[in-house]
Amino acid sequence: MEERKIRVLVAKPGLDGHDRGAKVVARGLRDAGMEVIYTGLHQTPEQVVEAALQEDVDVVGLSILSGAHMTLVPRIKNLLRENDAEDILLILGGIIPEDDIAELKQNEYVTEVFSPGTPIEEMANFIRDSISNRAR
Amino acid sequence: MAGDDYARIKKEEKEWRDRCLSGNQERLDEFTTISDKEVKDLYTPADMEGQDYVNDLGFPGEYPYTRGVYPNMYRGRLWTMRQFSGFGDAYQTNLRYKYLLEQGQTGLSVAFDMPTIMGYDSDHARAEGEVGRCGVAIDSLEDMEVLFDSIPLDKITTSMTINGPAAILWCMYIAAAEKQGISSEKLGGTIQNDILKEYIAQKSWIFPPEPSMRLITDIFEFGNKYVPRWNTISISGYHIREAGSTAIQELAFTLADGFAYVEAGMEAGLDIDSFAPRLSFFFNAHLDFFEEIAKYRAARRIWARRMKEKYKASDPRSWMLRFHTQTAGCSLTAQEPENNIVRTAYEGLSAVLGGTQSLHTNSMDEVLALPTEKAVRIALRTQQIMAHEIGVTNTIDPLAGSYFIEKLTDEMEEGAEEYFERIEELGGVLTAIEEGFFQQEIANASYKYQQQLEGQQKIIVGVNQFTSNEPTDIDILKIDPEIERKQKERVKNLRQNRDSNKVDETLKELKAAAGGTDNIIPYILGAVRVYATEGEIVGALKEVFGEYKEKPLF
Repeated sequence: MEERKIRVLVAKPGLDGHDRGAKVVARGLRDAGMEVIYTGLHQTPEQVVEAALQEDVDVVGLSILSGAHMTLVPRIKNLLRENDAEDILLILGGIIPEDDIAELKQNEYVTEVFSPGTPIEEMANFIRDSISNRAR
Repeated sequence: MAGDDYARIKKEEKEWRDRCLSGNQERLDEFTTISDKEVKDLYTPADMEGQDYVNDLGFPGEYPYTRGVYPNMYRGRLWTMRQFSGFGDAYQTNLRYKYLLEQGQTGLSVAFDMPTIMGYDSDHARAEGEVGRCGVAIDSLEDMEVLFDSIPLDKITTSMTINGPAAILWCMYIAAAEKQGISSEKLGGTIQNDILKEYIAQKSWIFPPEPSMRLITDIFEFGNKYVPRWNTISISGYHIREAGSTAIQELAFTLADGFAYVEAGMEAGLDIDSFAPRLSFFFNAHLDFFEEIAKYRAARRIWARRMKEKYKASDPRSWMLRFHTQTAGCSLTAQEPENNIVRTAYEGLSAVLGGTQSLHTNSMDEVLALPTEKAVRIALRTQQIMAHEIGVTNTIDPLAGSYFIEKLTDEMEEGAEEYFERIEELGGVLTAIEEGFFQQEIANASYKYQQQLEGQQKIIVGVNQFTSNEPTDIDILKIDPEIERKQKERVKNLRQNRDSNKVDETLKELKAAAGGTDNIIPYILGAVRVYATEGEIVGALKEVFGEYKEKPLF
């Protein structure tokens, strides 16, 4: 039987329109063999979670460059929890100061935060490892 | 130079290659600009064959302005040092503006927060967590008054990065000046007001294209009558480049947008020379030094030629492409952020050598957060060092006549012309946007660049080579969450304390005007003056105009 492809939702929550990173990552992960869905811009946390559930994804990758991450990320994580979808791997990219990264990870709102300059291969490997660890 | 001279140079060059270069290995398989444009090992006078000095370059301040828009350039007046700035609420940002002016900055540039940019008041559900985060929160005239408190609006010029709701924020500025006793004729500055590049790259739109273009031509008309010193639009390549385009794409798409605005103005019945002199431009200064200089020079020449020859503008000011430049935010690295000071200095230098009218140099920490006061001061000092210490302002367009620069300038122009043809074949800028043409071209270019980074064909110091594991050790500006709470309270208080009958009345008139053909700006100004909020005005206009939606692609 063919192995199910890892399904990833790349999402742009909040109001900022900087979609270069989201698009490059979406394409890179697709080229790395994953099934990628891109939400488009200006999504509310509710819209992001709804899309994640509907598309039955393994991973949600958030891209935030507006500084609203400390509000948006916890809200999305909590909505996933409320919908019994806590097992979806939640990762984040964008302009995120180090202190905020530490706080978000410590409170288990995200599993990992990728700063500008991270190779896509590194992200793809991280996703594969996390998913396969979980499967075991 | 005569034809046989070029032939002699080419013959000599070939002999020199055979004699000296055969067997010499080069470091790389190919040498390319950051935009992936191939660069030769050597340029000679033969590369300028066919170029006519007077027609193609001419003299500064004269058609086709390749060498600069003003006759004496920086010998007469330096570029305006204009640091883009705004954060938290109007009180905080007002203090930063006063600090920057004290430090010798010569113009202001307002960064608004995302809710303001998208037309939401601070207490709207969609604004949560975003208030004052990446710019200053402005909800009404009241905030605008605070923002410019004790800053005389007839003495400084102000640039405002605002697009979808540009007309509203502009009216707030005009009304704030009225409160200072300054009439609109005396105001100088710029609103970005470039909706086409929002659809293409920056993606902060509100209304669909048709009503958006009408708002813009209404601004052109109103500006010409009542705010004659104002640049009514800043046609922007900056965001197109930040979204990942190449230099040629930035040049071509920006100028294509510019021509679309000219055509829209003419279709709205305006005389081209009544609005074209107030069109201004905004370009990126990326890392590839010579490519950027060639881009600015080509931009001036293309614009002048089209405006004169195709659109038949007769006022020379309509032919002049004046532009602001900002160094490339996307070139900054989160790793070893101090290195960004160096990158920014080189980028700023290309803008100065390219003849910019104003410049923003990024602060080293902008890849991590909004800049601290110290980081902004270093960025401003970078400009002051360029202006006063390194001698580049002594003569005009000092790189003209460089075989490489002139060849590259020609190639930039040719590349842009090819894109103009493709856009025309697609049916014009608006159709090309609807079909996702620009968006896909940019996405392709940025993905290609990413692959080159991962394959190490392109190097970023401290990121994919010469890396270190030293932790970053610089201070970061923090926005107090308390700001959002206070701002929400402020807008609630405003709603209680103003004359709401007047607000309702002006909003009703505004809606009627939006559905008609009158110039809409006086109606917006009317609503602003009685303290209608930005969100209320946008809401009223949305009822008539609707909202834009994009088809996501990657």
